[in-house]
Amino acid sequence: MHLILFILFAGFCVAGAINLLLQSHPINSALSLIVVMTSLAVLYLLLGAEFLAAAQIIVYSGAIMVLFIFVVMLLNAGREERTLGSRAAIVIGFPSVVAILGVLATVMLRAQGLGVAGLADAITPTEELSRVLFHELLLPFEVTSILILIAILGAVALASPGHGYTGDDGERISGK
Amino acid sequence: MSSFAQEIPLSWYLLLSAVLFSLGVVGFLVKRNVITVFMSIELMLNAVNLSFVTFAHQWHAVKGQIFVFFVMMVAAAEAAVGLAIIIAVFRARATLAVDRIDLMKL
Repeated sequence: MHLILFILFAGFCVAGAINLLLQSHPINSALSLIVVMTSLAVLYLLLGAEFLAAAQIIVYSGAIMVLFIFVVMLLNAGREERTLGSRAAIVIGFPSVVAILGVLATVMLRAQGLGVAGLADAITPTEELSRVLFHELLLPFEVTSILILIAILGAVALASPGHGYTGDDGERISGK
Repeated sequence: MSSFAQEIPLSWYLLLSAVLFSLGVVGFLVKRNVITVFMSIELMLNAVNLSFVTFAHQWHAVKGQIFVFFVMMVAAAEAAVGLAIIIAVFRARATLAVDRIDLMKL
């Protein structure tokens, strides 16, 4: 059962990621990314991380992807134009990607002492997770909330018209 | 059902994570739309999260899962700021193609 679920949702993950690369319209890429993230939530559940599976769906496939789709619609992003890209990307980039994948796969498949995952494994309860989070890691947790607050202020400052990057520079470029 | 189907090696999860990460790198290199390039970065973050959860399962370590939680929070902040920057760039240059956003290019 675990094997079937893994193959099914790993297949969804890889298919969604490949579809993200092949689609030329950003909204289709965003929808494929939602497929990838929701399948990853199921894989987290198979690995016994119930809280992270819920957070993955709420934060990633919910909040972040809504933000992406909102920006795609706001900017009215159309079909991307296909260009060849730089020569460096083709000559150096793709062989390095293949090399990275090869090295990672070799190391992981040869690693000793890695166990197995099954449906009978214990699920990490959210209670245990929150005990560690709020006892040992309380300070990083609070710092994260400050980070989010700064990010909200920065996003508002950057996106509001008449502030930040836009202004004189934009007019000069459009008048060129 | 055979006993093999009950359990699968954890290295398969790590392999899936490596494949997803590489697909994210490829997307970062080939996509020409700045929003899709940003989505590829999110895909790479997700791939790394999967290996974090796998190792947390291997060593029964709760802190690995908490790291994933922090990565999610940072990714949320990064998405908000990054998309705001994309909106600001679009206002200034009226394009989303990465080839045309070349003011800092030599």
